[in-house]
Amino acid sequence: MEANTRGTGRLPAAFLTPGSSSFTEFLDAYQPELLPSRRSVPTSPVTVEAPHGTTIVAATFPGGVVMAGDRRATMGNLIAQRDIEKVFPADEYSCVGIAGTAGIAVEMVRLFQVELEHYEKIEGATMSLEGKANRLSQMIRGNLGMAMQGLAVVPVYAGYDLDAGTGRIYSYDITGGRSDEQGFTSVGSGSLFARGALKKLYRDDLSADDAVTVCVQALYDAADDDSATGGPDLSRKIYPIVTVVTDEGLTRWTDEQVGAVVQTIVGERLIRPNGPNAPLN
Amino acid sequence: MTTPFYVSPQQAMADRADYARKGIARGRSVVVLTYADGILFVAENPSRALHKMSEIYDRIAFAAVGKYNEFENLRIGGVRYADIRGYSYARHDVTARGLANVYAQTLGTIFSSGGEKPYEVELIVAEVGSTPADDQIYRLTYDGSIADERHYVAMGGNADQITEQLKRAHREGLPLDEALRVAVDVLARDGSGEKRQVTAAQLEVAVLDRTRSQQRKFKRVAGSQLARLLGEAAPAGGSGESGADEAEATDAAESTDATDTTETGGSTGSGGGNGGSGSGGSASNGSSADE
Repeated sequence: MEANTRGTGRLPAAFLTPGSSSFTEFLDAYQPELLPSRRSVPTSPVTVEAPHGTTIVAATFPGGVVMAGDRRATMGNLIAQRDIEKVFPADEYSCVGIAGTAGIAVEMVRLFQVELEHYEKIEGATMSLEGKANRLSQMIRGNLGMAMQGLAVVPVYAGYDLDAGTGRIYSYDITGGRSDEQGFTSVGSGSLFARGALKKLYRDDLSADDAVTVCVQALYDAADDDSATGGPDLSRKIYPIVTVVTDEGLTRWTDEQVGAVVQTIVGERLIRPNGPNAPLN
Repeated sequence: MTTPFYVSPQQAMADRADYARKGIARGRSVVVLTYADGILFVAENPSRALHKMSEIYDRIAFAAVGKYNEFENLRIGGVRYADIRGYSYARHDVTARGLANVYAQTLGTIFSSGGEKPYEVELIVAEVGSTPADDQIYRLTYDGSIADERHYVAMGGNADQITEQLKRAHREGLPLDEALRVAVDVLARDGSGEKRQVTAAQLEVAVLDRTRSQQRKFKRVAGSQLARLLGEAAPAGGSGESGADEAEATDAAESTDATDTTETGGSTGSGGGNGGSGSGGSASNGSSADE
């Protein structure tokens, strides 16, 4: 009777079996073909160019965290997409930004979003921020085979820790290794330049608006020196995606809000092309 | 040596229906009704952790009465169904109608299969639309029959009486606080028509609010917000009259058929369909448990 429950229109036995509150684990048992980690790994390194997402930056401020990402996806020397979105809300109190193979990364984010929501509904409580960060770790680990063949995904995860009352940032490597970042981080091809800018501009006592400005400045510097990172496109009005997470939840800034920050920065850079000067000591 | 008894199929089904109905009638009622901005769920439930109503998906919620482990199982199954569908199709493709059909098939198969005991549960699956006209409420009974309800529905202990009162008290487009007062008012009247005092601490309240900016429209109403809506001063301790009248509502639910409903058995295939009225009629000879 149990074996033939798919045909009758009733809920299959697997659905009514008590067990894990993890969506991924349920999929793994019931419909593993839907999981990205169950795909067969190509035997040789992938030589075709798949679109790649580039730079993400994140910075904390007292009472929350900001994450921003540029809008460019590249395919070798080509720009594959100029308005791609690489920063996503993960749930009400956290967001995830992705660098690496865009197709796989977007799928991973979708699965991660369902994973968090599923847990919340089944358990009737939200997962701790650390728990969420660990779930993401496991998903990246599931993609290791793909990553070794050149289809890597490297996310950065940020959220408001309701227990600790602070914003927190987690960065990852392609093996799923996770580190708890203090203050700020950046990931992707332009991350070296963004990190340099963040180092010089970041303070402990930034306001939310100032933290957004710092992140957009860092993205501007990344785009300045990395061809794969897109700068703000004033003619098409394509601006970085900016999300701010505080104890009131996640808000994504509108294009008008980010546009205003971008206009100011671009205006200043007309006078001082390398951006603001940090004090010498 | 034992003599095999012949039990007619009618009798077997009537016995099973009787069994399920008695289990359901032991519990407190749940009321679901529409208000101006969505759908309101109200139940008497002193527990803060064991919920009778929960979120299934963006616009869909679930309410149940009966045996906790059974409806909890169905709830988890529903969440899994909705999430897997939303993940492999799109969020928009998860509908209350689809979920209600799956529940109907599940309950119907379990009810008519000889191997499993019938579930002692009644469910409501509700979906809030973008306008009040698009709101959907489905009521499912233990035997898999499914009814498409309009505006309000009650289930559990004295569902019939409550439905009667709701018919008088409910109007379309009530604001939230008035709709809540209507619901609490009908829940507080027990079988004899006397009114008990029901405080915020004894209530479980949730809404599907179409005006909520988030994708997920389900929200629990508790604590100070609930007290304010009820017009109480503060969230009270509510220890006065809790357990005493727990079992008095048992005899009120002999015929749990809702009166003004439209049966939608056609879309559910073979499982449910005629269960509602059929078993209701056969239960009147419930005393014939002769062997």
